[in-house]
Amino acid sequence: MTTAAVPAAPARTRSVPPALHRPGLPGTLRSELTKILSVRSTYWTLLAQVLASIGWAVLFCAGTVSHGAGPDFNAAQASLAGQVALGELIIVVLGALVITSEYSTGMIRTSLAVMPRRGVLYAAKAIVFAGVTLTISVVTSFVDFFTGQAILASKHLNTTLGRPDVLRAVLLSAAIVVVFGLLAYGLGAIIRHTAGAITSILGMIFLLPLLGQALPSSWFQAIQRWLPGGSALSPIPSSAPPHSAYLFSAWGEFAVFSGYAVVLLALGAWSFIRRDA
Amino acid sequence: MIEARGLSKRYGDKVAVDDLSFTVRPGRVTGFLGPNGAGKTTTMRMILGLDRPTAGSVTVNGKPFAELYSAMREVGALLDATAVHGGRSAYKHLLCLAQTNGIPRSRVGEVIGLVGLEDVAGKRSKGFSLGMSQRLGIAAALLGDPDVLMFDEPVNGLDPEGIRWIRLLMRSLAAEGRTVLVSSHLMSEMENTADHLIVIGRGKLIADCPMGEFTAAGTAQAATVKTPDDLRLAEVVAAAGGVLERDEAGELTVRGLSAEQVGGLALAHGILLHYLAPARVSLEEAFMELTADSIEYHAKARG
Repeated sequence: MTTAAVPAAPARTRSVPPALHRPGLPGTLRSELTKILSVRSTYWTLLAQVLASIGWAVLFCAGTVSHGAGPDFNAAQASLAGQVALGELIIVVLGALVITSEYSTGMIRTSLAVMPRRGVLYAAKAIVFAGVTLTISVVTSFVDFFTGQAILASKHLNTTLGRPDVLRAVLLSAAIVVVFGLLAYGLGAIIRHTAGAITSILGMIFLLPLLGQALPSSWFQAIQRWLPGGSALSPIPSSAPPHSAYLFSAWGEFAVFSGYAVVLLALGAWSFIRRDA
Repeated sequence: MIEARGLSKRYGDKVAVDDLSFTVRPGRVTGFLGPNGAGKTTTMRMILGLDRPTAGSVTVNGKPFAELYSAMREVGALLDATAVHGGRSAYKHLLCLAQTNGIPRSRVGEVIGLVGLEDVAGKRSKGFSLGMSQRLGIAAALLGDPDVLMFDEPVNGLDPEGIRWIRLLMRSLAAEGRTVLVSSHLMSEMENTADHLIVIGRGKLIADCPMGEFTAAGTAQAATVKTPDDLRLAEVVAAAGGVLERDEAGELTVRGLSAEQVGGLALAHGILLHYLAPARVSLEEAFMELTADSIEYHAKARG
């Protein structure tokens, strides 16, 4: 084989070292961590989550101490229900923003021009979001739990991590918040609009279960364990079995919500990768 | 090197880019010209893989953009200077871009110095003037020290000092052997910058030629005349396929015919000419003439 004599282009001194490997997930994860930690909305939403969930634990447990515990009282649930009910509402905002802000600011065009492997970018964003929020949520759940139990201890209503299913309740309460955030992330990738994505996700969490309740009660009972919010969430922060026979166990409901998240994440990935940016 | 082959993009019924084929070569500044709405930005978006072509293909250094080994080291683009998250500081913005391609942190400082943003690097880009945003966008494009650079309307909204700076930068990038593609809807911006022109209108290729050829083509087709017998000259010129125009100052210009042709016609018909010269058609006029039929949105006359 002969090589044609092609005049070589004049060599330019490079100001950047050559790539040792094809840019992919590791660098994009670093990039997304820089992104999420360099905007104020991250800190505001995470601070709101921490304050709301600890505030709930304090108020609810203090209320129980002064008014006494009812028959369904569960000490783990008393301290963790705020994390699930309020934390999730706040984290969906961050989950949606992480991706919709790229579209609303136009940053997505810059992001894709430096990392054209869209699947890598989509995954890196989701992983970094999940990692950051899981860290905060786990810490918050433990703070909720210990704060709540400290208050309940004055009336000896408290429980400990060593009791059956208590640690599970603490950890699943943190994890479910992240699952809802990922749901919002997937929806954000489909809708590409901050207000639209947040409204849709809140509609899903609030409105669907509410509409479900408007159905004849036998129908509602049959579907409530499958609804993406509402009473189906109640087994998760509790260390006791579900109070209703029409709900799955905490793990079962966790799997249902995770299923929704997987579906929306997959649809979001399809939209992110296939549609024009 | 950027190569487009039969590149087309339609949005529903609307054709934004229609069967474009061109090659952008290294070592020179290529002006990408066309009226607003001609399809320049859409073409650039397809080069970057942001939009998928309806038909045809475009490659950078022989590969589709998404298949480049390290995108930032091969292509730097400034599409829209305001397309940044305004809540992020300039430094963090550049850092997060650099990290994707494993470009060292030290390079971020370098490009900030290169575009002169040292004093505001720690500030959120929300408060930046358009000129500062353009500099930030250019810094981002230069991060990977790429061989191919694309700028979409880079001087929009800049002051004369900023325009001069960008012009010199583009010339020096091309002189280093890089491929530089710069779009504009204003011909005048290209006069001292581009070596080569790609002109499009309504998504179609109108011209792809060196700068000199483009202006020469315009000059050949017009002549300035002075004559006491303008009515007859107008008839004769019209019969030969040209048109005689009179501007507000009373100056006569023949369009569509060269000065030699006008002289020949005048002699043949015995029309007295006091003055005859090839008209100096500015780039702007040549451009307007070429794209007149392809302007999507004609300005409506007032009143």
